[in-house]
Amino acid sequence: MENNATFNYSQLDELTGRAGNDPKAIIAILQAVQEHYHYLPKEIFPHLERKLGISEAKIFSVATFYENFSLEAKGKYVIRICDGTACHVRKSTPILETLRRELQLSEEKKTTDDLLFTVETVSCLGACGLAPVITVNEKVYPAMTPEKAVELLNQLKEEEKNA
Amino acid sequence: MLKSRGDLIKLRIEYKDSLSAQSKKILVCAGTGCIAGGSLEIYDRLLEIMKERNVDCAVELQRESHETVGLKKSGCHGFCEMGPLLKLEPQGWLYNKVQLADCPEIVEKTILNGELIERLAYHKNGEVYPKQEEIPFYKKQTRLVLEHCGNIDADSILEYIATGGYTAFEKALFDMSGDAVVQTIRQSNLRGRGGAGFPAGIKWEAVRKLDIFPKYILCNGDEGDPGAFMDRSIMEGDPHRVLEGMMIAGCATGATEGYIYVRAEYPMAVERLARAIEQAKQLGLLGKNILGSGFDFDIHINRGAGAFVCGEETALIASIEGERGFPRVRPPLTVEKGLFGKPTVPNNVETYANVPTIINNGAEWYKSIGNEQNPGTKAFALTGNIENTGLIEIPMGTKLREVIYDIGGGCRDGAEFKAVQIGGPSGGCLTREHLDLPLDYDSLKAAGAMVGSGGLVVMDDRTCIVEVARFFMNFTQNESCGKCVPCREGTRRMLEILENIVEGRGQEGDIELLLELADMISSTALCGLGKTAPNPVRSTIQYFREEYEEHIKGTCRTGTCSKLKKLEIDPALCKGCSKCAKVCPVQAISGKVKEPFIIDQEKCIKCGACVDVCPFKAVKEA
Repeated sequence: MENNATFNYSQLDELTGRAGNDPKAIIAILQAVQEHYHYLPKEIFPHLERKLGISEAKIFSVATFYENFSLEAKGKYVIRICDGTACHVRKSTPILETLRRELQLSEEKKTTDDLLFTVETVSCLGACGLAPVITVNEKVYPAMTPEKAVELLNQLKEEEKNA
Repeated sequence: MLKSRGDLIKLRIEYKDSLSAQSKKILVCAGTGCIAGGSLEIYDRLLEIMKERNVDCAVELQRESHETVGLKKSGCHGFCEMGPLLKLEPQGWLYNKVQLADCPEIVEKTILNGELIERLAYHKNGEVYPKQEEIPFYKKQTRLVLEHCGNIDADSILEYIATGGYTAFEKALFDMSGDAVVQTIRQSNLRGRGGAGFPAGIKWEAVRKLDIFPKYILCNGDEGDPGAFMDRSIMEGDPHRVLEGMMIAGCATGATEGYIYVRAEYPMAVERLARAIEQAKQLGLLGKNILGSGFDFDIHINRGAGAFVCGEETALIASIEGERGFPRVRPPLTVEKGLFGKPTVPNNVETYANVPTIINNGAEWYKSIGNEQNPGTKAFALTGNIENTGLIEIPMGTKLREVIYDIGGGCRDGAEFKAVQIGGPSGGCLTREHLDLPLDYDSLKAAGAMVGSGGLVVMDDRTCIVEVARFFMNFTQNESCGKCVPCREGTRRMLEILENIVEGRGQEGDIELLLELADMISSTALCGLGKTAPNPVRSTIQYFREEYEEHIKGTCRTGTCSKLKKLEIDPALCKGCSKCAKVCPVQAISGKVKEPFIIDQEKCIKCGACVDVCPFKAVKEA
């Protein structure tokens, strides 16, 4: 709770206000918070408790139930490898393994220390016609191979260097 | 703002004229697949070129009709394999794999001079198929629900109205009683397209009968089955059709509010639905006293947050109510005590999308498509190791053979068809012996599979069936919400056994244990997710038991299971160049130069680097 001061609560109130401050809208509120901060900072839960009138435990239970919510900060580039059936039978696993190896990540460690990259899997992106696919933030990259993924990674690193 | 039925009719006539004045149209596919292939850049480039060349071009439908070229972003054309796709009207040509560099030529030749650019048309076995409906992929399809996908601007309510949209709603609102609408749906025998095939009319009737208000219309767009994207394409390509179906359900059952629950992985579906709702509100098709009829209806969108179990209707309801997505025991039924404890009609996207055509054309007409017990069409997502991947819609009862070979074009690279996984993690697999099986609810159920939401993942003889079963079990195990023990613990135990089998630790008796666990979980789990979770395992054991046995004995015939792979160096071919030993990451290869090398099986991690590097092809799988 040490960095409470860094949170701009009026901004947070605006986000919850837009969702109507309705406890039933907790999922939509957490989504809005996550879109803003790229993760759910636990420090704000007591504030949400007061604001919405639901217990911190309840907020926590919802936040941990749904796969999309992350209580840890994610990288600037979130790379999601689709591991849906279609991508799986068209060999998505080697892509995941290659990216993890390149970035020294694992199933447990999903984000690089410099907070640049997060590598995670997603059940199905519904772009099965283009399998295997990966997404970087929201952009879809079709018909990937481990080689193409490394190329993309290098390109992103390059852009980052020049930025 | 439309105040009466007359206003809507007048608007429709005006825009119909305007649409037919667009003698030439370019429909750029703006489905997720083609966008990933760069279709939006193609759209921008075409617009730019037409501006440069002073071609009168309209990106939006205008009230005043005049001769112009319509440039539109349409929904998914379905033939995702060949994207980016462009449809050219009036010729009905479909250009595939279009590149940015093709744009000037398209404007010059096709738009201005009406010439076909042959290289952009679909080619197969030396034949050219310029027209969409002649392409083998489309020929056997019947596109009812998808009729607009690829043919109109997905983002325009005006274009939807001009092509006859909201006529069914109008009819239900003014010409039919609620009872008559419910009876039409009942008689049509429209069965829920979400998987189980429960007749929609029975749900509607149950909600209509109840005198408890408010009532809700719930649209399940949480299409979580991996390998399925029909609902996504409908929501993205024809959002108003879904809204219209929900509105008809609303006025038939007395509900005043609708909720659409869309999974988080479909941001574009959310965006297009939100825009469609906004447009309908602005025109007065949603809101209070719609078209002066006294009927109020509003639709909200809820975004999922990544929980597969929320596709189960009671879990979905819990999620909308702001709870964890836990399913609950039924009864009480959703139709009696659903959303916020009130009577609720729960149907999925494709089911609602069928409603307008049924109301417009009648139950008898609908029953003439498909077969008696399974009327209408079904959209399937055809994926996996198949030549033509994409979105298809076929009459219920079409044979699997026609789907795989006529529409799908057979397996990729001429490989042999092995099986198709249908119904995702709740379904089963169909094999060569099922090729003449009609695809409908009842036939599939009898074969131990299910229609499910409609994912068809094709596997060829290079796919390891045991690995696929492990994959599905891993999926359901991950997605098990943890509320009931049979599913939470049972799927984990099944997964462990499957992992042992694919990693070479399988034991005699594992197959029997899997089947025993499968029966236990199916009969005791709380919700549909758990009850159906063992289906892929049961069905693969039923048809491919020998492959399970082979794995337990230590071989994987496809070479997919790397832990069962054994790499050996053929001493007759090995020249002792030592390349393999240098490339081996774990120093498992040793030997004297110019003499055959050997692989130490204890150390080998089966990475295959030696196979790739060997100039004499001496490293082989044993």
